[in-house]
Amino acid sequence: MSRPFLSVENLAVLFPTSDGIVRATDGLSYTLERGKTLGIVGESGSGKSVSSSAILGLHRNTSAMVSGQIWFDGTELLGISDDEMRAKRGKDVAMIFQDPLSALHPYYRVGDQISEAYLAHNSVPKRVARARTIEMLARVGIPQPDRRVDDYPHQFSGGMRQRVMIAMALINDPILLIADEPTTALDVTVQAQILDLLQDLQREFNTALIMITHDLGVIAEIADDVLVMYAGRAVEYGSARELLTKPAMPYTWGLIQSIPDVSGPLDRPLRPIPGNPPSLLNPPVGCPFFARCEYSRFVPGNRCATELPELRPVDEGHLKRCHLEDDELDSYDAVLAGGH
Amino acid sequence: MAAPLLQVKDLVMHFPVKSRGVVARTVGHVQAVDGISFDLEAGQALGLVGESGCGKTTTGRLVTRLQKPTSGQIIFEGHDIAQAPPRALKPLRRDIQMIFQDPYTSLNPRQTVGEIVGAPLAIHKLVPASKRLARVQEMLEIVGLNPEHYNRYPHEFSGGQRQRIGIARALTLQPKLLVADEPVSALDVSIQAQVINLMQDLQREFNISFLFIAHDLAIVRYFCPEIAVMYLGKIVEKAPREELYANPRHPYTKALLSAAPDVGQAAIGGRRERIRLVGDVPSPINPPSGCHFRTRCWKAQDICATTEPLLRKVDVSIGVRPGAAAPAGGSTAIAGTTVATPVDEVACHFPEP
Amino acid sequence: MIAYAIRRILVGIVLLLAMVLVVFVLFFAAGNPARDICGKYCTPDKLKNVTQVYGYDQPVSYQFGQFVKGLVVGRDYPVDDKYREELAKSNPDLVIHCAAPCLGYSQHNASTVNNLILKFAPITISLAIYAFIIWIIFGVLFGVIAAVFKGKWLDRVIVGVTLVVYALPTFFIGTFLLQFVAIRWKLVPYPRYVSIADGGVLNWLVSLTLPALTLALFYMAAYVRITRAFVLESLSEDYIRTARAKGLSERVVLFKHGLRAALTPLLSMAGLDFAALLAGAVITEAVFTYQGLGFLAVTSNQNSDLPVLIGLVIVAGSAVIVANIVVDILYAYVDPRVRLR
Repeated sequence: MSRPFLSVENLAVLFPTSDGIVRATDGLSYTLERGKTLGIVGESGSGKSVSSSAILGLHRNTSAMVSGQIWFDGTELLGISDDEMRAKRGKDVAMIFQDPLSALHPYYRVGDQISEAYLAHNSVPKRVARARTIEMLARVGIPQPDRRVDDYPHQFSGGMRQRVMIAMALINDPILLIADEPTTALDVTVQAQILDLLQDLQREFNTALIMITHDLGVIAEIADDVLVMYAGRAVEYGSARELLTKPAMPYTWGLIQSIPDVSGPLDRPLRPIPGNPPSLLNPPVGCPFFARCEYSRFVPGNRCATELPELRPVDEGHLKRCHLEDDELDSYDAVLAGGH
Repeated sequence: MAAPLLQVKDLVMHFPVKSRGVVARTVGHVQAVDGISFDLEAGQALGLVGESGCGKTTTGRLVTRLQKPTSGQIIFEGHDIAQAPPRALKPLRRDIQMIFQDPYTSLNPRQTVGEIVGAPLAIHKLVPASKRLARVQEMLEIVGLNPEHYNRYPHEFSGGQRQRIGIARALTLQPKLLVADEPVSALDVSIQAQVINLMQDLQREFNISFLFIAHDLAIVRYFCPEIAVMYLGKIVEKAPREELYANPRHPYTKALLSAAPDVGQAAIGGRRERIRLVGDVPSPINPPSGCHFRTRCWKAQDICATTEPLLRKVDVSIGVRPGAAAPAGGSTAIAGTTVATPVDEVACHFPEP
Repeated sequence: MIAYAIRRILVGIVLLLAMVLVVFVLFFAAGNPARDICGKYCTPDKLKNVTQVYGYDQPVSYQFGQFVKGLVVGRDYPVDDKYREELAKSNPDLVIHCAAPCLGYSQHNASTVNNLILKFAPITISLAIYAFIIWIIFGVLFGVIAAVFKGKWLDRVIVGVTLVVYALPTFFIGTFLLQFVAIRWKLVPYPRYVSIADGGVLNWLVSLTLPALTLALFYMAAYVRITRAFVLESLSEDYIRTARAKGLSERVVLFKHGLRAALTPLLSMAGLDFAALLAGAVITEAVFTYQGLGFLAVTSNQNSDLPVLIGLVIVAGSAVIVANIVVDILYAYVDPRVRLR
């Protein structure tokens, strides 16, 4: 037993622009085992999608600068050739996207688009690929798959389109599936169907799943472990239950406090996080959350502004990026509550 | 008891569907809104929830009279505005304003914030041009923006700030009713609460009524004391939030709530009973007969296909009271059970107890 | 699909009639057209006579009706029935039957407009098709190359050159090609139109090369830029990312997924541009002194030969309307989302 199944190490993705370098993701590390689900939470611009696209090598042949290491099933992905990467895309690693309408080609039948993924990695006759496609459509719960295989994407509803995307992603039995906000564009009842489906398929094929989302509710439903990203950096990591009940980083805590819930007391006030996320063009040298953090004034020597905190363990398997200890945060809560 | 600020009665909006023949004929109607009724008191907030295609957005556009309904009444301050001609609507535009979903496309990129927020004043000629700027700056301050930024353009602001600009514009004329259509769904999570709290403060300060349209059940629960659930152009359930979330009576409401992720519950490992609806919402061009929900309902019986269930008051102890066609308020005592005010209304033959 | 086409054609016919009506009204707003026919030494009596013989004394609505009738069933000239009958007895050669669709009669040329247009059209049509093929092939090719190598030197060269070509006036390009390629360097014989009947396909092609190139260069420059923009837009679509994530090769991603969507909007533009060319490329024809429809339009204009001008407007309008219908039907064939509407 050497390396974990997936191990992202010190990953950075930088985009040079005319205004300077955008540090979309910086110093990102995490691991994931087969059959497990990692939820990556963050707001737009937190680097959650950019870092995951790097696993598929989708930044290759663009202006993006990618550094670090991505070990996947014994291979370092950033170092392999374009052809080797292409052989893994859609076969060992597959991805589904947020908006299935724009992610499917409007001019081709869904069946052809799914078969294409199969034919790209298997030398079989088209008729075999078609049979396999119909089988997958049935597997993801599309009624009358042998008829619908010849329909175009716009003839499907949003939920059914996302099922088509899932069928396409899973047709080669990938061992890692990256789902980038797969339910954000969908209604809640459809979201529940899709999340159920993903969990069923994951159990069946023992797939590792990375679920990228901004929705803590989705995380709560599906994730084993959670990585919270903010302004391109991982700021907290831990098991879903631990992280949602005992968040250790002020940003995570703020996020939980700023969203209402469908149950629980009605008089719980929403406490918004003040301000806006920092620009990634010239990210702060210190803690990325410093400017919006109420606790930063308790840290002596202005360390939050000048020194990037380490991502360090607070508990077994629970990491956070903050200069303050948990008990310190608790004690300052009383001060902050008094001040309000 | 004074009449409510807004009364909507049997509101219907059918969009014609044209055929593709040599001569285009109307071959059917999209029954976007199919006979809905609700009241909204001054200073109150009514939530309208449902999934895409249920007709909640169309309802909002009808109430603001951006569209003319097919039939029904929209009684605002005692006047039926449902069929009012465009000229008669101008004074109404002062009293009813709208906040849109997308703060990126709903603001003209070539106008400064001052022009956007001041436009309603100019159109209605309420404030002399010389005093307009002062009023604009006052509005910017109220929504938490820097009043000195009136000369900037929308693209210089973040999403949350743009939504504040949209709110400032809607507030300039001191409206009595704000129709907010998904006002925070395009914003980042940490920003949503800022905008929600702002709207709540404004509601209290200026006594504005809100028709709050959203798909996010948690946000509606937080913002609106009373909530109506829509499905395929109909209101299927209407109840105070305490009742609706704790005790949903319509099967669809129940399914909807059980599908909504619950951070608090899931985090401590508590999983509620799940109801998974199968399939998709039927087409609003040809909705199912009787109860629109029956095709996906696990409780459906023969009667559901033949008789449309009407929205009726429900009694907590014995279910629907037969023939109780709902005058507002009024308390009832039945067989030893004192039911304070049975204000839950549900459109179902077999409501949950 | 067929119902859709029929509806489009019906709408097209209505549009065409409206256009003819507008041209007709403008025609009469310019004064009594009989005066031009009457000539230099026109006496009031002669003018009255001419006005009557040509039917210009009738109300405009009646004349419009007669013209439309001529379009549908054909017509005899001169217009005045009594005069024509007399003329048929005395001088039957001067009575001219103009078969449907009759576009009118040009006194100036002593010929029906139909015959005139048929005489001048081959050059224009040959020129248009030839130029169209050149500009589509090379415009799209260079546009795609520029898009694929976006930001690299190849892209910059293509974009730079097209900008220069685009900025040059057509008469300059035409004169340049004529002066240098044909006269000074003698790379091709001096261009003089040869029909297929006279000189065979090869000579026909050679005779058209310089003017077609002149015409094509301008459109090509525009199409390079448009193609480049469409391809770049298409390559940034989500479905391109999906195609890459499936593990398809870059070649398949570009040619199968990227170009299909990028080139579809070009279809409608190309159709309309081609149709517009059928009305005659006035400047190119003038530079090379080729007698096509553009030449006919210019001379008719100089001679105030209004029947020919009306005929040309109808032909040009029909070309655009037909092209529009064809493009829409093709579009529905290419884009499945349009099909179901």
